[in-house]
Amino acid sequence: MNKWKRQFLAGPYLIWIAGFLVLPLAFILYYALSRSDGSLTLENILAIASPVHRKALLLSLRIALICTFFCIVLSYPLAMILNKIRSRHQNLIVFIFILPMWMNFMLRILAWKMLLSNNGVINSILEFLGLPGIDILNTPTAVIFCMVYDFLPFMILPIYNSMARISPDLIEAARDLGAGNARVFFKIILPLTVSGVVSGIIMVFIPALTSFAISDLLGGGKVLMIGNVIEQSFMQEYNWNLGSGLSFVLMIFVIVSMMLMNSHDKEGGGAGIW
Amino acid sequence: MVKKAAERFYLGLIFLFLYLPIIVLIVLSFNDSKSRVYWGGFTLKWYQRMFRSSNILNAFGTTILITLASALFATLIGTLAALGIHAMKSRGQAIMLGATNIPLLNADIVTGLSMMLLFVRFTKLGLSTVLVAHITFTIPYVILNVLPKLKQCSISTYEAALDLGATPLYAFYKIQWPQIRSGVFSGFLMAMTMSLDDFSVTYFTKGAGINTLSTMIYTEMRKGIIPEMYALSTILFFIAFLLLLVMNFASSGREHKKIKERRRT
Repeated sequence: MNKWKRQFLAGPYLIWIAGFLVLPLAFILYYALSRSDGSLTLENILAIASPVHRKALLLSLRIALICTFFCIVLSYPLAMILNKIRSRHQNLIVFIFILPMWMNFMLRILAWKMLLSNNGVINSILEFLGLPGIDILNTPTAVIFCMVYDFLPFMILPIYNSMARISPDLIEAARDLGAGNARVFFKIILPLTVSGVVSGIIMVFIPALTSFAISDLLGGGKVLMIGNVIEQSFMQEYNWNLGSGLSFVLMIFVIVSMMLMNSHDKEGGGAGIW
Repeated sequence: MVKKAAERFYLGLIFLFLYLPIIVLIVLSFNDSKSRVYWGGFTLKWYQRMFRSSNILNAFGTTILITLASALFATLIGTLAALGIHAMKSRGQAIMLGATNIPLLNADIVTGLSMMLLFVRFTKLGLSTVLVAHITFTIPYVILNVLPKLKQCSISTYEAALDLGATPLYAFYKIQWPQIRSGVFSGFLMAMTMSLDDFSVTYFTKGAGINTLSTMIYTEMRKGIIPEMYALSTILFFIAFLLLLVMNFASSGREHKKIKERRRT
């Protein structure tokens, strides 16, 4: 089979993405730009500016930012420590910190719901110690807690990998030339791990921004993120046009944040797909 | 020394943060009391009840069916696609890879909803719609695992085999397949993990009465937590653990992590 003919092996895939990827997105666009009677409108997209939707979007952005921040703050030192371990068990130790990522997403939420509930383990321990209990279930705090837990491995892994790629020679050379710990960190380690942090941010920020299950289950209907608004407009109010309009806005936010991140990642650092 | 101790302490703290919830779930799955705090003695009754609950067993069966079927289909279509994309000129490659990235980058909720809009227009939501949706979002993982392997191997050996009279299929099987096999295998495993862990896409594309484990747990959790769920968690955690060990044994673990890291970049 020559090269020209071999291209046709991608045929089934091409048909598949035309039917199940491009067409569905066209449907979203169509519903977003029309009323239920089929007439064209922009109101579904502009609906994002209404107080309820704007509030949900801002809350989502805030929760996603806080969650991403905590993930970076927790992961960065961890990645540095993991990288320093010089033992033949290093891979195993890293594996241990990544393993929770493979546990079913819903079960991780279940675990936190149970831990945080009023008669749950955390409150019982606090009570045993004579401390006042915490009542954070059904608040954004609980949602953030669970998200940090859920997404932490997605931040640890890229930062760890970008650090592992730094050649020890570089650091040695800097030390030979008289750089102290701080200087080595700010001049070598930090700049060379920016790409890892950026891919970590993308892998944490976007799921956090668009999630609806966590806020639904741990927010008890009181934490309304943009994902919840979209889900409700589809599944409860059956207002597909509004839901599609808001989904479209969400897609734009995803694309914009992706572009912002990628523009900070010009050198690539090997974090790009190709 | 102080620094080393501080580092150990920090590792310990994060370890506790990651594993305490899982450990509590596992311990409670053997607790004879329904309380979440007090230990009422060792029991296996939640496991027995779990294995008698048709709700949980059905969801388990559906999950396995969807995971295996979608991963198999995705691997077939994805591997063929990788072979085709590899033969394309750079412009065609860029377009195809751009499209491949869409499901990886897009929010799960939008992926799920967009497919739901398509499905309800032409058919009824059911098991097959979930299957189609899962195949769609797992194909990219297969392509991204196979394509780098293809780029590593030289095409001239394959062409030489053709020149010497091998049929394309025979030449593929004898020359290319051994070189891309590990990529196909890790692509398959990754497609499985992604399908297994998915909630959002399944939630929007499933028909009434059809549940995977994720959506079943979601529905149950909205009603309240029953101890059978702890038993289920324990079993699923150990399955994930075993699967990962197998993956590491197959030495595809490294590749796997790398792509997973890059999926959103």
